Amino acid sequence: MNQDFINTLLLTGRLAGWTTVILFMIGFPIAYLLAYRRFPLKAVVEALISMPLVLPPTVLGFYMLVAYSPQNGFGRFLVEHFNTRLAFSFEGVLIASVLFSLPFMIQPLQNGLTSIPKSYREASYTLGKSEFTTLIRVLIPNMIPSIITAVAMTFAHCIGEFGVVIMVGGNMPGETRVASIAIYDEVQAMNYHAANQYSFILFIISLLILTLVYSMNGKKTILF
Amino acid sequence: MARKQYYFDMLKIDIQRAMLTSEGKTNLEVCTEIQDNELLCLFGHSGAGKTTLLRILAGLTRPDRGKIIYNDVVWYDSDRKINVSPQDRNIGYMFQDYALFPNMTVEKNIRFAQKEKDTEEVDKLLTLFDLMNLKNQHPGKLSGGQKQRVALARVLAAKPDLLLLDEPLSALDFDMRESLQQEIQKAHDLMKVITLMVSHDHQEVIQLATSVLVLKNGVVVTEGKPADVFCLRYPEYRYC
Repeated sequence: MNQDFINTLLLTGRLAGWTTVILFMIGFPIAYLLAYRRFPLKAVVEALISMPLVLPPTVLGFYMLVAYSPQNGFGRFLVEHFNTRLAFSFEGVLIASVLFSLPFMIQPLQNGLTSIPKSYREASYTLGKSEFTTLIRVLIPNMIPSIITAVAMTFAHCIGEFGVVIMVGGNMPGETRVASIAIYDEVQAMNYHAANQYSFILFIISLLILTLVYSMNGKKTILF
Repeated sequence: MARKQYYFDMLKIDIQRAMLTSEGKTNLEVCTEIQDNELLCLFGHSGAGKTTLLRILAGLTRPDRGKIIYNDVVWYDSDRKINVSPQDRNIGYMFQDYALFPNMTVEKNIRFAQKEKDTEEVDKLLTLFDLMNLKNQHPGKLSGGQKQRVALARVLAAKPDLLLLDEPLSALDFDMRESLQQEIQKAHDLMKVITLMVSHDHQEVIQLATSVLVLKNGVVVTEGKPADVFCLRYPEYRYC
């Protein structure tokens, strides 16, 4: 295995890892709000979060490129204030990846929260416990399989992500060239041995993650 | 088991709330005063508004309008836009499904309810409700009667000012009901607080309650001592 191969796999893991960590932090509060609060346009928010499930990745990739462009508001703001261009950078791919993986984190968490009997929350409140204490002591411990599912599905989806990454990040070794891009690149160069190595690794990792998720089935795992 | 004691506890309820029952829309209207140390049973058929009233008192359901005052503390006042949260009402609510937390053992469920950690108090409750040998069990492994006793012990561990019991015996068989009625009596006597219990079993009401409030389609049909209500004023449930 050459260094390029290892670097590509490490970059893939780094992208999937950071996406999962960031999404868990922003996804949990969103899932909590969607599970327990009523607010105007809730259906629109839920639809927007679910869009990556039905939308071609190239659509999101295209809009991300438009947003990152210095000719438009957000991109110009980043250049003027932070001297940063997100297009074809790891950070740019990471943001796109976070947006594109939203439903894989939020939906299992939301389903996990709504599957907990309402009386548990209410019992905790009537015992004088705050929403935060209830979340930490009652809700989270009773939805561990859903949390594992959300984290595993997000990570697995991320390591296989292709469309958004190639649109937003291109194919820059060490920066945006993740394993799924490398497979495409190696096949184009008719280097089937290298493509097979990448493919086999992704296949095994995905199989292990999905086996973990499905082994949770007996423990009230909620997928979608 | 001491709690902050007023000379004379009093709960004043005057609320209205629209309800949707199987028979269509109806309005829950209750105006009553509950005196010190009373064990009041809310009696009536399904959909009469018993649980809704209990949830309103707990702060889990908001009335459309009215007032709830406990010992001069306003818990709810629609005109003054006051609605004290369930956390700040210091009530003990026992749910129909007991709502024991599956991730905690019996002991931890009881400990969770305490405002200040007091191991001695937990042991006292475990002994009182005959749960000492079950203290390390999780709720999933308990029988209905054992769950009910844990739920009662947990409610008492919070030292509530008001006990609200939502059909605590409905899921149990006849023999178990009889023995657990005594546990409820024990809990009520121990805390010396106003207790409201939902029931649709008039034998249970006669056995336990010091007074009964009969609800029908959201409206109070009659209230008073169980013997008076069931013998004289509510012949539909005549037992004497």
